Order: sequence, then structure tokens, then C-alpha cells
Amino acid sequence: MDITEVPVSNDNKGKKNEYKKPKNKSVTKERNAVEPKLEPKLEASETAFPPTFSVSEIKNKQRRHHMFMKFKLEKSKLKLQVKKKKKKEREALGDQAPPKEVPKTIENQRVYDETTVDPEDEEIAFDEGTDEFSAYFNGLTNPKVLITTSDRPRGRTVRFCEQLATVVPNAHVYYRRGLALKKIIPQCVARNFTYLMVINEDRKMPNGLVLCHLPDGPTAHFKISSVRLRKEMKRRGKDPTEHSPEVILNNFTTRLGHSIGRLLAALFPQDPQFVGRQVATFHNQRDFIFFRFHRYIFKNEKKVGIQELGPRFTLKLRSLQKGTFDSKFGEYEWVLKRHEMDACRRKFQI
Amino acid sequence: MQCDDVIWDIIGNKQFCSFKVKTKSQNFCRNEYNITGLCNRSSCPLSNSQYATIREEKGQCFLYMKVIERAAFPARMWEKVKLSRNYEKALEQIDESLIYWPRFLRHKCKQRFTKITQYLIRMRKLVLKRQRKLVPLSRKVERREKRKEEKALIAAQLDNAIEKELLERLKQGTYGDIYNFPVHAFDKALEQQDEESEEEEEGEDEEEEEDDEGVGKSEFVAEEELEESDLSDFEEMNKLKTSSDEEEQDDEEESSGEEEEEEDEMEVETKTKASSKSKGKSPANGSTARKKRAYVEIEYETEPAPKSRAT
Repeated sequence: MDITEVPVSNDNKGKKNEYKKPKNKSVTKERNAVEPKLEPKLEASETAFPPTFSVSEIKNKQRRHHMFMKFKLEKSKLKLQVKKKKKKEREALGDQAPPKEVPKTIENQRVYDETTVDPEDEEIAFDEGTDEFSAYFNGLTNPKVLITTSDRPRGRTVRFCEQLATVVPNAHVYYRRGLALKKIIPQCVARNFTYLMVINEDRKMPNGLVLCHLPDGPTAHFKISSVRLRKEMKRRGKDPTEHSPEVILNNFTTRLGHSIGRLLAALFPQDPQFVGRQVATFHNQRDFIFFRFHRYIFKNEKKVGIQELGPRFTLKLRSLQKGTFDSKFGEYEWVLKRHEMDACRRKFQI
Repeated sequence: MQCDDVIWDIIGNKQFCSFKVKTKSQNFCRNEYNITGLCNRSSCPLSNSQYATIREEKGQCFLYMKVIERAAFPARMWEKVKLSRNYEKALEQIDESLIYWPRFLRHKCKQRFTKITQYLIRMRKLVLKRQRKLVPLSRKVERREKRKEEKALIAAQLDNAIEKELLERLKQGTYGDIYNFPVHAFDKALEQQDEESEEEEEGEDEEEEEDDEGVGKSEFVAEEELEESDLSDFEEMNKLKTSSDEEEQDDEEESSGEEEEEEDEMEVETKTKASSKSKGKSPANGSTARKKRAYVEIEYETEPAPKSRAT
């Protein structure tokens, strides 16, 4: 056996040398000749790689990782330096400094939605004047809500329904007892109910809400998440009184958002009793609708204190149907298609 | 030569039968032609050369019969008779076909037929009732949505938004006369206007004197800028200042007019600044959010009366 010793040269450079190995030996010989001159420069700068080099070309996982961490470190150092510089400049300029740049948030970067409603849009105003909810907003009819659940509700869902019934004025809770929704609906219409709320339950937790506006109005199907009942609230106030609460709707900007907003607002009577000082909020943020119920008090004209009572939950719209609840033959106005709509992080529908 | 006893002797007790299922208390027979489903001497289709069963296909019941004459022809061994859909007629058919057959088989056939018709009826009824549809959840998507919801909650800053909205409503007067504050604000505004008009009159007299000094005016400009930032903090101090220099008073008067306009802007600015600050805070505080992920209790900075503005 012939064992030829391969001279181990320049091993202290170690990791910097790795990129040279895949190249031709002839080239490396030349490089080796030039190397000792370049060596001190290389060690000084630590970043003198050929321009076509990328960290991912190193085949050895450990070394590749090491190089990548180094690369990242340098990048962050650079960033810090730039930041410091900017800060110094800013302080030096003092009052003349340009205004601070607004950081990018998802709300800033939101993809512009064509269906965003212009507040002065006449068409929309006309639509809203003549759609199914105009009767409420004009004060002609008062809402009457029927709350029910899916079959065999568990304790948590039952308590949630009861608490909802205290929040929404003129609401009645009935047990389902295996009845079909399609049969319930004509009975409700006969008894002058205006809304049907069905809370769907899964694994002992409420997880879905079907909100059906009764005399053949639109039906919205939501997914409920993060339900907190009253006794789980921290620092909550006393139970809500019988006064009708005010309604706050935030961030319902698009056309779809407008219709959902009206749907939710019509749950509450149009003449809130300010004496009760209660407010129900539906806040839309990135397609999640957060519901909160507070009691407020004005300390002075610039300060208000709010205290949370009542349940809180989040809704996410799954589908909006034109007629009353009909899963087979219904005409869907809007359906959440996860693959399409969740692909872009900056695009929201409501 | 078909000998039932020998067959039963072998498969029933001593040796292996592939259709037999043994449990602690009982033996079952998995043969599809078995009439009772148990592993017995009288129920085993292999060890009885004369045998009958009822089987059901797509809602239609059939009577299967096996006789010893056809034992040599396995392809033709089972005779299949279609039973009528009418329960009584079908029972008569069974009786007819199994006439002179052992009592056990007749009885068991009728029993099995009854059971089958009962479950077919139940199936038809269930289809008409509401059926629960199971929707499969994708774990990845659910986890993603949960995280999105948390982030959206943080970005929403609900308490601030609600307070803002309520204060706006108060300003716009939707609450009518319930609260006393609007009156106070009105009075304050009135008072401020009166003071302004008084001070402006005084200022005009003094300005005429100072117009002669051309150099002094350039100083005013510089001081105004500085004082704006200071004045904003001490609005009340301005009113109370009586012992201050005349020059300073002039500056204050000139800028107080601007101040009133600026106040409103400032409120908006500070609010937007606060909101942008706090919005800027969330990505900057991403590390803390990441550490405390399970704890989603949110603390907001409550805005003091917007008299303070960071210079």
C-alpha cells in the first residue's frame, strides 16, 4: 500500500478556503500562488468572495451554516450602523429633521380592494336605502332575535347563548331538540322574528354562527373563535342591564364589509338608550371581526373609561348567502375559498 | 361424499375453521351465508348440506337455499329466490319455499328477514332526517388562522379604538344633553377667545412701539419656534403669566392664535403619532410578543390629555 501524504497547507484559513475546492485544480494552483499576497487582505476584510458566490453552494452543512451565520451577523451589524448614523443625523438636525418614517404595517401595505366603498358613493347609498335592512335603519321595525344551537348543546354553548341573549336586546333562546332549520324558519317568520342565530357546537365549544335574517334575508355563516364567557373576564363589571346598547362598527370598508356591517348592526334596535352607557363593538381587523361589550363612563370631555362586561368572541366570515338558510340550493353571494384568498398576506375581503 | 358430522367434527371443535371468530364467551361465524351468525352445529353452512339463508342486496331481500343434491356443483349450489317487497307476502313465500324443511331453519329465516326489513326501514327514515356533515379541518390552516387572529387582535388595539370612537361621538353631540362636558368645552373656548381678543388689543399697542426696532423682529421669529414647543406644555401658564417680559407676551399672543388652530391639529397628530408609535411598537416588540405568546392580555398606553408633545 502506498500512502502518499498529502501536504496539508493553509489549513488555518479553513472555512474561507471551501469555496475554492469545486473549482479547477489549475485555477487553484494559480490562486495558491496569488494567495499569500491576498491573504492578509482577505483576513482583514473577511468578505472578499467572488461575486458569483453564494452561501448555498457550500456542500458541507456545518460549514455552510457557519458561513450563513457569519453573513447574517455582518448584515445585522451593517443595519445597526446605518441606524446609528440615522439617529445621529436626526439629533444633529434637531427640529429640522424630516418626519419619522411611518413603519410598514399590514394595514398600510394592504392590497387595494376595488370594492372599497367611497363614503360619498351614491350608488351604495341608494342600495342601502332600499335593501332589506333599510326598514330597521329608518326606524320602522324593531329587531327580534331567536337564538338556538345545534343538536344537544353542551354547558358552555348553553351559557354562551344565555349571555348573548342578555347582550342583544329582545332575544329569546330556544333549544333545538332535533328540529330542522328549514322547518323552524317559517315558524319564526310567523311569529315576527327578524333574526335567527344558530350557534354550532363542536367538541363542547361553540365554533360556528349562522346568522339568518328572516323574511328571506341574507344568511351569513361565521366561524367563532376565542369565546370568553363572563366569568372568565378579568376585571369585569356587573351584569349588563336591560338598556339597549350602542353599536360601534369599525373598519368595514369594502362592499362586502358594508353588507356584513349592516347585517350585524340590524341585530340591535336603532334607538340606543344612552342612559345605560353600554356599547357593543364589532371591530374588523384583517378579516377578523372582534366583538366586545363594554360599559363606558366619561370622566371629562377628553377621557372615557371603559369596563368590559359580557362575552367576547371573534368571528370570521365563511359565506354569505342571498336567501334564508339553504345549504343545498342556496345562492351564495360570497364564499371563503381558503386556497385563493389566504394566499396573499396583504389581501383582505372585509 | 358429503358427511356433515365429520365436517363439523373437524372444523367445529378440533381443527381450524377460517370463518370462526372466537371470543371469551362465544364463537361467531363470519361466513356470509350463515343465518344466525353464531358458530353452532345447526348454524354452520359448511356442515349442513340442507341450509337456507336470507341475504339483502341494495334494499332487495333474497332467500338462498342449499340442498344436498347440488353439493357436487359448487357453482350452482345456492338457489336464489327473490322475495317480494311486501312483508306478509314475503313471509308466505318463505313458508312456501321451505315447506317440509326443518323447523329451525324456517324459524331462523323468518327472524332474519324481519330484522333485515326493520333496519332497511330505519335507513330510509334516517336519510330523510337532517344529516350531520363532517367537515375535515386542516391542522396547518387552523394553526395559521389562529396566529393570524392573535396578530390581528394586537394590531386592532380595541380599547383605544373604542375610546376614540366614543369620544368622537361625544364631540359630535350624539349624546345630546346628557353629559355636562360639551358645555364646559364651549365655555372654555369662549374664555380663550375673550382672552385672545384682550391680549391682541394690548399687543397691537405694544407692537407699534416696537416696529421702530427692525432688529427685534427677527428675534421674535426664532423665539416663536422654540416657544411653540414649550408653550404646548404650559397652555395655562400663558394665561397666568402676568409678570413676564412684554416681548415674551407679544410672542405668546401672536402664537396663541396659531396655537388654538394647532391644538386641534396637535390632538390629531398626537393621536396618530401615538397610534403610529404604538403600531410601530408592535413589530419592534415582536420579540416580546414571541416570548409571551400564550399570554394575549394587551396593555395599551393610555393617552394623557394631549398637551404634551415630544419635541
